[in-house]
Amino acid sequence: MSNFKVGIRENQNIHIVDLKGYLDAHTAPELEVVFQSLLEKKNYNIVVNCSDLNYISSAGLGVFMAYIEDVRKNRGDIKLSNMSPKVYNVFDLLGFPLLYDITSDEADAIKKFCDKK
Amino acid sequence: MKTISLNILSRTEKLSNVRDFVSDAAKEFGFDDETVSKISLAVDEACTNIIKHAYEYAANKQLEIKVITNKEQFEVVIVHQGKLLDPKLLKAPDMKDYLIHPRRGGLGIHLMRLLMDKVEYKITQDQKCEVHLLKNLSATGS
Repeated sequence: MSNFKVGIRENQNIHIVDLKGYLDAHTAPELEVVFQSLLEKKNYNIVVNCSDLNYISSAGLGVFMAYIEDVRKNRGDIKLSNMSPKVYNVFDLLGFPLLYDITSDEADAIKKFCDKK
Repeated sequence: MKTISLNILSRTEKLSNVRDFVSDAAKEFGFDDETVSKISLAVDEACTNIIKHAYEYAANKQLEIKVITNKEQFEVVIVHQGKLLDPKLLKAPDMKDYLIHPRRGGLGIHLMRLLMDKVEYKITQDQKCEVHLLKNLSATGS
């Protein structure tokens, strides 16, 4: 059984991806499928809620890295919210707060998309 | 000196077992939670690289994860018999360029070096490949 779950919600035309559990090389393909599906349907405003994400390795980071340029070329963004300090530390170590918009709360990320419209 | 080891098949589904094994050993050694997380992530990255690049996802190969401790040092040695890792893969990416042109891959080895005090690649006399990851007890919290 996979120790990772991914769900999608929609709020004001913004897609919220909920991550739960452990995102590593074994589970990253599940997230990959979700991003592929969002982009195929031209959904480019994406918030990734990490409140229940316990762990991320470079395989998980690689999924965001693979899609961020495409999403931004289409005037969208991948914003990340509700990270635990443990998960944030991995992003921080690599300097990713410069690359990604990371908010403490999902509502802040949604507001940023709405303010831009 | 004390050594404990775990043998796994070269499958990504085994990464969680590796993380549990290394985390338990690092906690018992006396590292704080933050350092335990760093060591566990570094070992995950090393095993992922071996499964992906050295064994090219062949699912029935062996990896041995050894934890060797003395008073001051915590060393994880991962032994495999796959392909030698390409030196290009061992080179850390230029992070400035990486942040301007995001792409997948290359982050694992960079992370390992940031998380551990020393990372080395060795070949044994009987032609086995080893990845050595070292953390000093005094470096706790760094």
